[in-house]
Amino acid sequence: MIDKTVPTLDAAVAGIADGSTVMVGGFATSGVPLELIDALLAQGARELTIVSNHAGNGDTGLAALIAAGRVRRIVCSYPRHKDSWVFDRLFKAGRIELELVPQGTLAERIRAAGAGIGAFYTPAASGTELAQGKETRVIDGRAHVLEHPLHADVALIRADRGDRWGNLVYRMAGRNFGPIMATAARLTVAQVREVVPLGALDPEAIVTPGIFVARVVQANRADADTRSRTAA
Amino acid sequence: MTYDRYTRDQMASRVARDIPACSYVNLGIGMPTLVGNHFTADREVILHSENGLLGMGPPAAPGHEDPDLINASRTPVTLLPGGAYFHHADSFAMIRGGHIDICVLGAFQVSVAGDLANWHTGAADAIPAVGGAMDLAAGAKRVYVMMGHLTKAGESKIVERLSCPVTALACVDRIYTDLAVIDVTPRGLVVREIVDGLAFGELARLTGVALVDGRSSG
Repeated sequence: MIDKTVPTLDAAVAGIADGSTVMVGGFATSGVPLELIDALLAQGARELTIVSNHAGNGDTGLAALIAAGRVRRIVCSYPRHKDSWVFDRLFKAGRIELELVPQGTLAERIRAAGAGIGAFYTPAASGTELAQGKETRVIDGRAHVLEHPLHADVALIRADRGDRWGNLVYRMAGRNFGPIMATAARLTVAQVREVVPLGALDPEAIVTPGIFVARVVQANRADADTRSRTAA
Repeated sequence: MTYDRYTRDQMASRVARDIPACSYVNLGIGMPTLVGNHFTADREVILHSENGLLGMGPPAAPGHEDPDLINASRTPVTLLPGGAYFHHADSFAMIRGGHIDICVLGAFQVSVAGDLANWHTGAADAIPAVGGAMDLAAGAKRVYVMMGHLTKAGESKIVERLSCPVTALACVDRIYTDLAVIDVTPRGLVVREIVDGLAFGELARLTGVALVDGRSSG
């Protein structure tokens, strides 16, 4: 029997090696796999490369992982925000590397990795400093930049519901990077609000088919809030 | 000579007037979001937000915010009946694939050739962040810029050549400022409207680049 569900968050992040490239889903407050990031912090992997749209906000989640010195390099589109002080400090001190990628190019590089595409040309960033050193080509009279896929060892994503085959549905704009990151990593771990029996998800509405998912763990915000209150 | 600058709301209203019914529109972070307040219900305009929404509605009412339903500016919003959620690759396919009719963006500078600078001031100690700016500028069918005409120091933001880092080359179609509405055309910058009380010659002097008076030709 295929059962991709794992009983604990610790089991969900077990085996993530030092030096791994880890994709982390989420956009600002939506779709962030906060409990999985906390579990990765507790798990201890170091020298990580993180692929995510942001570089952490406030002092929790990705910001906590960065503050703990676990992240060597980050690939993202929008690290700066009024509450990105953890990243800002380490970046200005030269203690974290940044690869800045336009948001759509970031998404497409992730998609390309998952879809087995060798590289692709995009007009975005053409003529800008983010295209420096990259191969360019004029296609139909328009300048394009060659971009390569972004593969990962691990993707940590958040979905709304999942089943033991790894099928996932998301919630609202929380979907953001989840479906594409799921395809681009060798080990995709999804935290879900609810694990449901096989057949409970409408096959017409499944967003991420289970083939892309290795582990499913139930974790919901209410539990996390309770935990943090207890810890405090 | 006395003249009144357009307020931010007047600028937003002016931009909204140029957006045809049934358009698919992306409103950039900052001042462009104000344009959304000026669409009337009789003209359906469908708003796209690059984090994964089409058919975005007004901001969420206090007490009804949902952390999973935000726009690209991180503001809690609503979804209209008929709206859809999608992942980032689909969202940027809408942008890059030329499916977005109009994108309204803020800017630090626009050049006479329509080059846009809006992602980075170029300051050495600034933390760079680009988000979807380059994809939007390169991908939307029409790019409208909405910005103050002058910097706080009184320098024109419309320039011969950008001094700030480029977002995209030759991408801007129309510029809306607090002083004028200006089209970027092959024959140069063509002024369509000027605020009441400001003469064309004075606008040209403040702007400091060649302008064509296109007001009579509409």
